[in-house]
Amino acid sequence: MALKASQLKLGDQHEAVVVRELSRTQIVQYAGASGDYNPLHTDEVFTTQVGGYPSIFAHGMLSMGLTGTMLTNYVGDGRLTKYGVRFVSQVFPGDTLTAKAEVEALRSEGGQHFVDLKLSTVNQDGKEVVTGSASARIDP
Amino acid sequence: MVDRFPVEAGHIMLFARAVGDINPIYYSDEAAKQTEPGGMIAPPTFVQSSAQFEPDYGLRPKIGERWFGSGKAASGSNAEPPAQVAPRSAGGGSGLHAEQHYEYHRHLKPGDVLHSVNKPGKTWEAEGRRAGKLKFSESITEYYDQNDNLVITARSVGVQTERPVAQG
Repeated sequence: MALKASQLKLGDQHEAVVVRELSRTQIVQYAGASGDYNPLHTDEVFTTQVGGYPSIFAHGMLSMGLTGTMLTNYVGDGRLTKYGVRFVSQVFPGDTLTAKAEVEALRSEGGQHFVDLKLSTVNQDGKEVVTGSASARIDP
Repeated sequence: MVDRFPVEAGHIMLFARAVGDINPIYYSDEAAKQTEPGGMIAPPTFVQSSAQFEPDYGLRPKIGERWFGSGKAASGSNAEPPAQVAPRSAGGGSGLHAEQHYEYHRHLKPGDVLHSVNKPGKTWEAEGRRAGKLKFSESITEYYDQNDNLVITARSVGVQTERPVAQG
């Protein structure tokens, strides 16, 4: 179900809710899977009393991973060639995130077609938490 | 730098669960056979879990050593947090992840055995509205497979903040 160059146009958009009311437990799952056990992400006592933050917050890489599920569902398995993000705002427990991709360019190199996408993930208040870009191989 | 990062199906499954991805290509060999890649692959940010295989990774408790997170006390262990990655004192700044970029030369699959090479990148400073002086530093990590082929190029930007990021 790959994207087709012939059916895409600039400005086309795809969006998906990638997490609803993020739980502390999902952040713990991410720490366990990724191996990043920074207490700022899972240890409320340390984070509020020593770190000076109002609460633990998600790994930036969890927001990138969540955004990535929208992306791979859109472009298809194994089609990504580039994926990059900036972490604009922190993501906190309870946040609901919506990730969006917008077609920014369609190009071909050596007979292979590619799409370039602009990415943006926002929380339940419409505040941007991740911005980024991605490229993927697409069919003619 | 990682000498040996074996990519395993069970680890891919745990990672996919953690990022809330239900795509069967990350869970089942049988299901993955029906997909375009023809077998299981790893999610696009999976390579970040190479931290599991870094012997001296500072953000993992080491067996038999004190940990800087809370125990009975807020910073329970009396151990100093690693300078670049965690707060040093109450109200102090901390190391945060600012950007992450990947270039995929091919996608990872179970059975791959990776090793990585780190290259320093640029460093720069900026004045932030929400966290004081910001010191950015970039690092490039190249991941090679068991045949010494470059599979993923990663560029990471870290930022050391002067104080915790103000909210709002």
